[in-house]
Amino acid sequence: MAGVTLMKTPAETGLAQAFETVKTTLPGDVESRAQAFELFARNGLPHRRVEEFKYTDLRALMREAAPFAATPSGDEAKAALGSAKALADIKALQVPFVNGHFVRDSVDSKALPEGVEIVPLAEALANGHDWLARLSPVAWARQNPVYQLNSSFMADGVMLRIVGQVTTPIHLRFVTASKSAVATATRVLVLVEDGASVKLIETHESTDGANHQPNDVVELIAGDRTTVHHVRLNAEGNQSLALSTLAMKLGAEASFNSINVVAGSATSRHQVFAVLNGENTKAQINGATMLKGRQHGDSTLVVEHAAPNCESRELFKTVVDGEATGVFQGKIIVPHHAQKTDGRMMSAALLLSEGAAMNNKPELEIFADDVQCGHGATCGQLDEDLLFYLMARGLPKKEAESLLIQAFLGEAIEFVDNEEVREALVEIVEGWLKARG
Amino acid sequence: MLEIKNLVVQIEDKRILNGLNLTVNKGEIAAIMGPNGSGKSTLSYVIAGKEDYEVLDGEIILDGQNLLEMEPDQRAAAGVFLAFQYPLEIPGVASMTFLKAAMNAQRKARGQDELTTPDFIKRVNAAAAKLEIPKDMLKRALNVGFSGGEKKRMEILQMALLEPTFCILDETDSGLDIDALRIVSEGVNALRSPDRAFLVITHYQRLLNHIVPDTVHVMSAGRIVKTGGKELALELEANGYADYRETEAA
Repeated sequence: MAGVTLMKTPAETGLAQAFETVKTTLPGDVESRAQAFELFARNGLPHRRVEEFKYTDLRALMREAAPFAATPSGDEAKAALGSAKALADIKALQVPFVNGHFVRDSVDSKALPEGVEIVPLAEALANGHDWLARLSPVAWARQNPVYQLNSSFMADGVMLRIVGQVTTPIHLRFVTASKSAVATATRVLVLVEDGASVKLIETHESTDGANHQPNDVVELIAGDRTTVHHVRLNAEGNQSLALSTLAMKLGAEASFNSINVVAGSATSRHQVFAVLNGENTKAQINGATMLKGRQHGDSTLVVEHAAPNCESRELFKTVVDGEATGVFQGKIIVPHHAQKTDGRMMSAALLLSEGAAMNNKPELEIFADDVQCGHGATCGQLDEDLLFYLMARGLPKKEAESLLIQAFLGEAIEFVDNEEVREALVEIVEGWLKARG
Repeated sequence: MLEIKNLVVQIEDKRILNGLNLTVNKGEIAAIMGPNGSGKSTLSYVIAGKEDYEVLDGEIILDGQNLLEMEPDQRAAAGVFLAFQYPLEIPGVASMTFLKAAMNAQRKARGQDELTTPDFIKRVNAAAAKLEIPKDMLKRALNVGFSGGEKKRMEILQMALLEPTFCILDETDSGLDIDALRIVSEGVNALRSPDRAFLVITHYQRLLNHIVPDTVHVMSAGRIVKTGGKELALELEANGYADYRETEAA
C-alpha cells in the first residue's frame, strides 16, 4: 500500500505530522483512524484535477494546516457560547460544541425531552458503545477526502437517538472560538428510529479574523416512516475555511426536508451524501447561499435513489456579489432497480457584479428505464424590467434590488416549516443585504 | 402641471419621439390616441424614467421639476405614477410586502414617517374593497397567476394607495372584459381631483366612455398632431387614423 510519501504541500505535511502526534491520544480505536488517514493520504488534499473538487481546489485553498484545537476549559466554553449568536434565541434543546468538543455540562441529561438520548462521542469511542457500529453509514462519504480527514481526527461530538415524536427542536451549535487559527473535527450521529420525527438545527460559527479550519460531519440514519426537518446555517467567521458533510440514509416512507444557508466563511464547502434507502421516501434538499467580497462557496450534493418509488427535490439558490465564486455540483444517481424514481434538481444563481462567478454542474446518472428525472441550472442577473417596475413605484434602486434578491432566496427558504427559524433566516438574508449597502 | 417640450427620443438608433410637445394641466384628464407604433408607450416610459431610452433633446417638467434628471423612484416620489400596460409578475414578493415597501419608500422620500402596520392594513383593505380585490389575492406573490383584469385592478390599487399627482394609464383597457373595465374605470374616476392629472393612453374610444377626458390628443410618428375635446375621440373611432398616417408620411 502506498504510504504517506505522496504528501507534498505544507498543509499535507502538517496534517500527516498532526496525525502522528494525536492518533494515540484521540479516543477510540487507532486502527480505524489510521485506515481513514491512509485513505486520505493516498491522494492527499484534493485539487482541481480531481473531478469532485474541480472548482474547489483544496490543495491551493488550504495553504497550511491549522493546529487542532485543545479541549476548552469550562470558562472558555461558556464565554464562547455566550458570544455565539447564530440562531441562539430559537427555542430548542441546545447541544453545543466548542472547538470540536461537546460541552457536556451545558446539557442536563436528566431533563432531556422525551424520546431524546444523547451519548458523548469521546466517551463512546473510548469505552465502546453499541451505536458506534452505525457510525459512517454512507459509502459515498467514506470515499471522500474531507470526510476521511474528519474520521481521522474526530475528537468528540455526540450520538443522538430519537424515538417517537420529538417536538422540541434540537439545536446543534458548532462554535469555534480562538484568536489564532485552529482546526476542529466534530462528528455527530443522529439515529432516528422507525416512526420517529425530529427537527434538527445546525449552526456553525467561528470568530472573525483567523483562518479557522472546522471540518464537521453530521450523519443521519432515519428509519422507516420517519420525519426529519433539518436547517443548517453557516455563520462562520470571515476568514474561515469551513468544510462540512451531511451524510444520511433514509428508510422507507420517510420524509426529509432540509436547507443549508450559507452566510459566512471565506471558503466553504458543504457536501451532502443522501441515500434514499427505502421505498416511497421523499427528500427536499435546499440551499441558499450568499457570497460577496472574495468568498468561495461550494455546495456539493450526491443523491442516490437506492430504492424504487422515491421522490427527491433539490433547489439551490446562490447569490454572488463582488469577486466571489459560487459552486454547485449536484448528482442524482438512479440504479437500475430504482424504477419510478422522481428526481428534480435545480440550481439558480444570481450574479450581482461583473466580477462574480458561478460554476454549476448538475449531473444525472440513470440506469433505470422508468423514471422521471430532470435538472436545470441558470445563471443570471437581476431583471432590469422588474427593477424598473419596483423603482417606478418609488423604491430606490438598492431597495428594489434587495427585494428581488430576497424573493430569489426566499423560494428556497420558504420550505422551512418552523416559523421562528424561517423568520430568523429571512432576517439573516436582510442583514446580508443591508451590509451590501 | 406637466409640460413636455420638443421631446426627441430614440432607442437603439431608432427615433421614436420627434419633437413632442404636450401640456397637461392640474385636474385635467388628457387622452392620447394614435395608431400602433406612434410612440404612445414610449412616451409613458420616458416620463416614468425607463433606462432603455435615449433622450436626445427636449424637457419634461412636472410642477417645476425636471423629471429627466431624476431616477424613476424620485419621479415616483415627485408624484408620477405609470399604470403599466403589462404589469410584471414578481415571484416570491407578496403583494402586501410590495405595497408596504412602495408606500413607505415614497413616504420616506417625502420626509414622512413610515406607516404603522395597522394603518397600512386599514388603507389597503379600504382601497381593495372598492376595486373588488379579494384579500387572498393580496397575500399571493405580486401579479403571479393573476388574470389580465386582476393585474390591472392591482395597478389601480397601487395608484389609489400611492396617491400620485400625475397618473399615466398605458392601455389600461387592453385585456379587460366589460365588468373589469367598469371596475377599473370607476377606480380611476374615484381618484379624479383638482390636484391630480391623468394621461390616458388608449387605442380605443371605448375606455373614454368610462373615463371621460377633457382633452384628446392624436399622436402619430412621435408627435402630437392634433388636439381637441372629447368629441375628437368619437371622430377617430368613426374615421380611423388614416388621415393622421398621411401626416406621418409628409
